[in-house]
Amino acid sequence: MISEDDVARVALLARLSITPEETKQLASQLSSVLGHFEHVSKVNTEGVEPMVTPTDVEAFWREDVVKGWKSADEAMANAPEAVGNLFKVPPVVG
Amino acid sequence: MAYSDWEPVIGLEIHAQLLTDSKVFSPDSAHFGGNDNEHTHPISLGMPGTLPVLNKKAVEYSVKTGLALNCKIRRKSVFARKNYFYPDLPKGYQISQYDEPICEHGHVDYLLDGEMKRVGITRAHMEEDAGKSQHSGEFTLINLNRAGVPLLEIVSEPDIKSAAEAAEYARTVRTILRYLNVCDGNLEEGSMRCDCNVSVRKKGTTKFGTKVELKNINSFRFVEKAIEYEIQRQIDCMETGEPIVQETRLYDPTKNRTFSMRAKEQAHDYRYFPDPDLLPMVIDDAYLENLKAQLPELPIARAQRFQTEYQIPAYDSFVLTTEKAMADFFEETAKASKNAKAASNWVMGELLRELNEAKTDIEKSPVSAQNLAEMILMIDSKEISGKMAKDVFSEMYKTSKGPKEIVKSKGMSQITDASLIEKLIDEVFAANAQALADYRGGKVKLFGFFVGAVMKHSKGQANPEMVNQLLITKLKG
Amino acid sequence: MDLLKTSLKEIRDGIRAKKFSSVEVTQSYLNQIEKWNGKINAYITVNTNAMQAAKRADEAIAQGDQAPLAGIPIAIKDMFCTKGLRTTAGSKILENFIPPYSATVVERLEKAGMVCLGKTNQDEFAMGSSSETSAFGIGRNPWNLDYVPGGSSGGSAAAVAAGMAPASLGTDTGGSIRQPASFCGIVGIKPTYGRVSRYGIVAFASSLDQAGPMTKTVADAALVLEAMSGRDERDSTTSAQTVPTWEKNISRNLKGLKVGLPKEYFSDRLQPETRAAVDRAIDVVKKAGGETVEISLPLTEMAVPIYYLVCTSEASSNLARYDGVRFGYRADFSKKPAEDLAEFYCRTRGEGFGKEVKRRIILGTYALSSGYYDAYYKKACQVRRVLRQQFLDAFQKCDVMMSPVTTSPAFKLHERISDPLEMYLNDIYTTSANLVGIPGISVPAGFSSNKLPIGVQILATHFNEQALFNVGSVIEEGLALKELPHGIQ
Repeated sequence: MISEDDVARVALLARLSITPEETKQLASQLSSVLGHFEHVSKVNTEGVEPMVTPTDVEAFWREDVVKGWKSADEAMANAPEAVGNLFKVPPVVG
Repeated sequence: MAYSDWEPVIGLEIHAQLLTDSKVFSPDSAHFGGNDNEHTHPISLGMPGTLPVLNKKAVEYSVKTGLALNCKIRRKSVFARKNYFYPDLPKGYQISQYDEPICEHGHVDYLLDGEMKRVGITRAHMEEDAGKSQHSGEFTLINLNRAGVPLLEIVSEPDIKSAAEAAEYARTVRTILRYLNVCDGNLEEGSMRCDCNVSVRKKGTTKFGTKVELKNINSFRFVEKAIEYEIQRQIDCMETGEPIVQETRLYDPTKNRTFSMRAKEQAHDYRYFPDPDLLPMVIDDAYLENLKAQLPELPIARAQRFQTEYQIPAYDSFVLTTEKAMADFFEETAKASKNAKAASNWVMGELLRELNEAKTDIEKSPVSAQNLAEMILMIDSKEISGKMAKDVFSEMYKTSKGPKEIVKSKGMSQITDASLIEKLIDEVFAANAQALADYRGGKVKLFGFFVGAVMKHSKGQANPEMVNQLLITKLKG
Repeated sequence: MDLLKTSLKEIRDGIRAKKFSSVEVTQSYLNQIEKWNGKINAYITVNTNAMQAAKRADEAIAQGDQAPLAGIPIAIKDMFCTKGLRTTAGSKILENFIPPYSATVVERLEKAGMVCLGKTNQDEFAMGSSSETSAFGIGRNPWNLDYVPGGSSGGSAAAVAAGMAPASLGTDTGGSIRQPASFCGIVGIKPTYGRVSRYGIVAFASSLDQAGPMTKTVADAALVLEAMSGRDERDSTTSAQTVPTWEKNISRNLKGLKVGLPKEYFSDRLQPETRAAVDRAIDVVKKAGGETVEISLPLTEMAVPIYYLVCTSEASSNLARYDGVRFGYRADFSKKPAEDLAEFYCRTRGEGFGKEVKRRIILGTYALSSGYYDAYYKKACQVRRVLRQQFLDAFQKCDVMMSPVTTSPAFKLHERISDPLEMYLNDIYTTSANLVGIPGISVPAGFSSNKLPIGVQILATHFNEQALFNVGSVIEEGLALKELPHGIQ
């Protein structure tokens, strides 16, 4: 039901490298999982609005007030690679 | 086939950066600038466990804009996640709106070559901005100060029919945004961005051609030029049978052409779904009514009112209303001077000329509306002549002083005392006995000479009309 | 002080009565950790500043500090960000992440006087029910070291059971507090969705995640939950509902209480020993005045599919931020540079995430992808609403529900990790509470024949945690475990 090609396509969409073996295994595992999940399609949900948040919570919004960050140093402290206070990644274009 | 057999189909996506103090979902500063990665609360960095909380002001600004664009405001709209990977997108998704945007089904009226036109607004939705990538050959550097700044994306219907229309529509949207004071509309700094979708089709057909998106356009003039170029390019393609590729193209103003971004465009699948961290945005009647009441008079309505209320020409009314501050300035001057025509002439003439020369805005005008009105009142009561007024105005512009003060300190006030003027005339006669004799001998052309001589003798301060009147009498002898 | 027996409340009273200091208490827990963590692997990181925090707490107490948890050491699941203390979520991708902020819940507990003992082991990103998917080694069950402690909050459960902490924090997305509490013979509560702030807790599935305490006693759970709960201006999904003084209000008089028994929860798949334990608990509740009533939740079979579609979809998006750009693991590109950005991401994420996490990200990405969204994600959200309505209808007939937590007690290490579907189906009794947003508690109710604890689950309507504490307290009084964990004696 979910082919190896599907798994490969979705893995790229999710930016995950997986080995050919993993691809094969995932295709079979996810097929059996999704096969079981097919039951859901049998429930009549005509006119039912999808529910995202399960509890009735009254929304609240934030005042437009700036509460700053202490320094860029704190933002950069966990960076795998940086130049000054900028995050460094491989070239984006080209 | 000829160019005239084709027609362009144009739609605009305008991103307006909202003028809030803090970001749309995070409390760090939304202001332009700042040192590298300084405006980066953990929320803006997408750090684990951080959550978005909606900024009230961003909602208010979006709803106001929607109302001004004649949109329907959705009572319950939903934030959705747009999922894609890019280094300047910290969470791996952008919080945006998808199938339930806050504003829909509006329109904008604008004037082009004296003709009223209308563009439909498909939708206007709230979203967060991404960060900035700085590219060098070897690597790319990421600054996230801008990540999370609130944007309103205004999407037009594809019913714009020329490059000039597109540019004028965009200018009108900018004017509206500035009237509402929700966006400063600065294309160069990127606080307003215009992406143009352009396609061409054979006249008389209804099917859309392949759409090309133009980006990176930083002035209205370039909006027009880029679209013009792109229409020509696409028609050329059609004529020569070359296929048009659906792609994003950038405009190069120095070469006045568009070019393909070249980057291989991977098939996008954004997997939009409602953001479970944010509840639906619910807007009630009271909230909407309150904002409606706060809306300022918008440019076109104001221009029309200026025409009837102040009896100024249509052209003047539209020029004066392109910026809210200018319209405010004019209206204040017109009211205080009780002379709208003079107010309009002075604002559109001397004042705009000075401001343009100094490359500054009317908000920073050294001459206040009250002072300009006072000067107009002095002209109308003949305290100063029109000629003197020009000098007074330029002094007002230089010093920001009031006209009375300038006239007084420079001894410039107009002489309207008949006996004083008569005395001046007598003195001129005494100094020009021969000319006087010639005039009385029949050389009536010398009248102008005497007017000039008297005015000069008065250092320009004599009331010219009185000089005329008195000269006529006195020259008779 | 016997660490295996002492409750949080007893520690609180002892510190208040100056029987012992926070420093002494904290030191004894650190000793127990030192002694047993090698075997149980309950902690990923021990807080090296715990003793200093205890000293400060003692000083504050000497100055008259009456904070509700003053000087009490508590263990924190590694899903909670702790300022300056490594937070991994059990994943290699966060192996070196030091948060510059603390979760709201952690801040609140610190304000209430808590001393943080350290960060506990868990399934990677809370994806698992055995603590076997952790990148920091598998956790073990203190009752029998060959068995799993449950998961995903397995480290938190094992720590409390093994006397390595008097209480701990867990997170529960589909049963991750209740199931390990049941497997380890302790109390664990998942509060109503919106009761507790999620700010600063590593997100797994935003519409399902809730944090809660794991403790030795029901009263302890009430005490800790009180200190954690309430609206947070940093989490828009928190409720403004007032937080009751649950612990003080606990009542063991259940006269007239209607106890619903969902018939679908007592099907053949339920193992007899587990059924017997639940029945014992029901009897105890009846003796206290409760009246049982059979109810039906026809969509029970759908709970697991809906749950996995929703949680994997949300997770696929929540985990997109782990990209090696701003923090966390980045693949080594020094020998073989990335050819393009896609490769940069794929290798970093491919190496940083473990198997189960990758499996779920792929499933969730698929469920949201173009062409499948309506059939999977959207459909699941619709059925979720129908399921919620079934629960609300059922609660018209009863005040609480009682059920098993799992079909069977703890299973052996490595026994189920290879078959994901089998593992997923295990969550049949716990996922509904998360999908529907209602609170649920697991309370010990006895042992299996192989001496493993069995818990019983109590569910109530939104924001009625009090009922869970009342009923839980009755069960606890009637069925208190009379043995101590065999694995650590």
